[in-house]
Amino acid sequence: MPAIAINNLDLYYGSFQALKGITSFFKEKTITALIGPSGCGKSTLLRCLNRMNDLIDGIRIEGQVLIGDKDIYAPGTDLIQLRKEVGMVFQRPNPFPLSILENVIFGLKIHGQLPSEKKKWEKIAFRALSAVGLWETLKDRLKESALSLTLEQQQRVCIARIVALQSRIVLMDEPCSALDPMATEKIESLMLNLKENFTIVIVTHNMQQAARISEETGFMLLGDLIEFGPTGQIFTKPQDDRTNDYITGRYG
Amino acid sequence: MKEKIIEKILTLLAFSAIGVLLLITVFIFKEGLPVILKAGIKDFLFSAKWAPTKGHFGILAMIISSLAVTFGSIVMGVPLALACAVTLAEFCPPRLLVFLKPTIELLAGIPSVVFGFLGVILLVPIIREYLGGPGLSLLAASIILAIMILPTITSISIDAIQAVPLLYKEGALAMGATHWQAIWLVILPAARSGVVTAIILGMARAIGETMAVIMVAGNALKIPSSLLDPVRTLTSTIALEMGYSAGDHRTALFAAGMILFIFIMALTILANLLMRKK
Repeated sequence: MPAIAINNLDLYYGSFQALKGITSFFKEKTITALIGPSGCGKSTLLRCLNRMNDLIDGIRIEGQVLIGDKDIYAPGTDLIQLRKEVGMVFQRPNPFPLSILENVIFGLKIHGQLPSEKKKWEKIAFRALSAVGLWETLKDRLKESALSLTLEQQQRVCIARIVALQSRIVLMDEPCSALDPMATEKIESLMLNLKENFTIVIVTHNMQQAARISEETGFMLLGDLIEFGPTGQIFTKPQDDRTNDYITGRYG
Repeated sequence: MKEKIIEKILTLLAFSAIGVLLLITVFIFKEGLPVILKAGIKDFLFSAKWAPTKGHFGILAMIISSLAVTFGSIVMGVPLALACAVTLAEFCPPRLLVFLKPTIELLAGIPSVVFGFLGVILLVPIIREYLGGPGLSLLAASIILAIMILPTITSISIDAIQAVPLLYKEGALAMGATHWQAIWLVILPAARSGVVTAIILGMARAIGETMAVIMVAGNALKIPSSLLDPVRTLTSTIALEMGYSAGDHRTALFAAGMILFIFIMALTILANLLMRKK
């Protein structure tokens, strides 16, 4: 069973149709990449998966998105529970202007799952920060502001927040575009590690990145999902001329 | 050539504003200091005996009264102003905010004598009737001041909240925070320095307010022992006595003004420092 099943999804901003009948399946514990030129709707599609698009006025969404076996667009869906299970990493690292520790335990706190003894908090921080490879560097700096970290570390803390919350799916919206190549490489290897436990969907404008880390890739253009399949196949034997044009650099 | 002249004139004008501030400072200190030195700084600041025609210049009762009405106005005004700011910045449709924010700021344009008048006519009788005492009181002054500082604190706080990057809010919501949790746990802490600045500027306004306070505070010169006691603040004393004072009495009023000046300067500088830190 796929972790995420998108079924004939349409999205309109007012009268403009930004997503056109998207149907696709994303596998569990797999990295799926969405590529395409700016404005193709890949970020919009990503934001449909945790219903962050609901925040935008004048938006209309039709179709189905199944996560597990639940349609998240069915009436009565618990958005809070949904977003607990489906975490998101943003383009610009956005740790809260709080301490590193407070950032890591934030998710548990808002969902009322934070143990009252402060001693246990460090254990939570240990687990989450170890998972993102930051514990050794930061274990003595947990009380410092998360904003004092480098951008790469900030992005790792943002991922650690999701790890601490034990989400099942992680949506990444161009998570490396604010980072330099060295930091990008480190975040990418982190993503490969996280794949063991998480289903990852990443939007990227960087085709090499998609080729390096993802197992499946979807190519989007002007609101359509043109082609979807194993990453190797998309990059070496694309079935559609438009995909071929894009990956060979004809446009985008 | 012409540009140079214009530039010089503008510089001169800019410096003249600072010059005026400097002159006022020098003048107040020159007029006020002698009497403080004469009475002794300890007797001036820490004695409550104010009989300037008989050589007693203790302003403690006034300092305490000024601080008490300011504190009272902050206790009542800040929760109200913050609730107002959060509602307007976070829950109100942008189109309504464009209309409501200037309306709140308009509240700052109402002359203080009008607030005082409303206080005397409406508020004071209610306090007298339901809570006892003369009605003209510390409580009445605090309530009126709380309303008067509302626009300052609300308006600056709205700006501070709106200046918080949307990314923080999105980050919190994307983890499953409710709107309220995002406000309370992320947005307000991120806006903290701006909000504190707003509160300090509100305090500066409250401690410096004169007319409305004279009208509703009762102006009895003693250290208040309850919320319903009449009080006389530093500003009230200066305004009430300046007309008929002479000699040392007059200088003592300048000295009181000096203390007020120091309070307000300190608050303003603090507010500026906090703003810069942001």
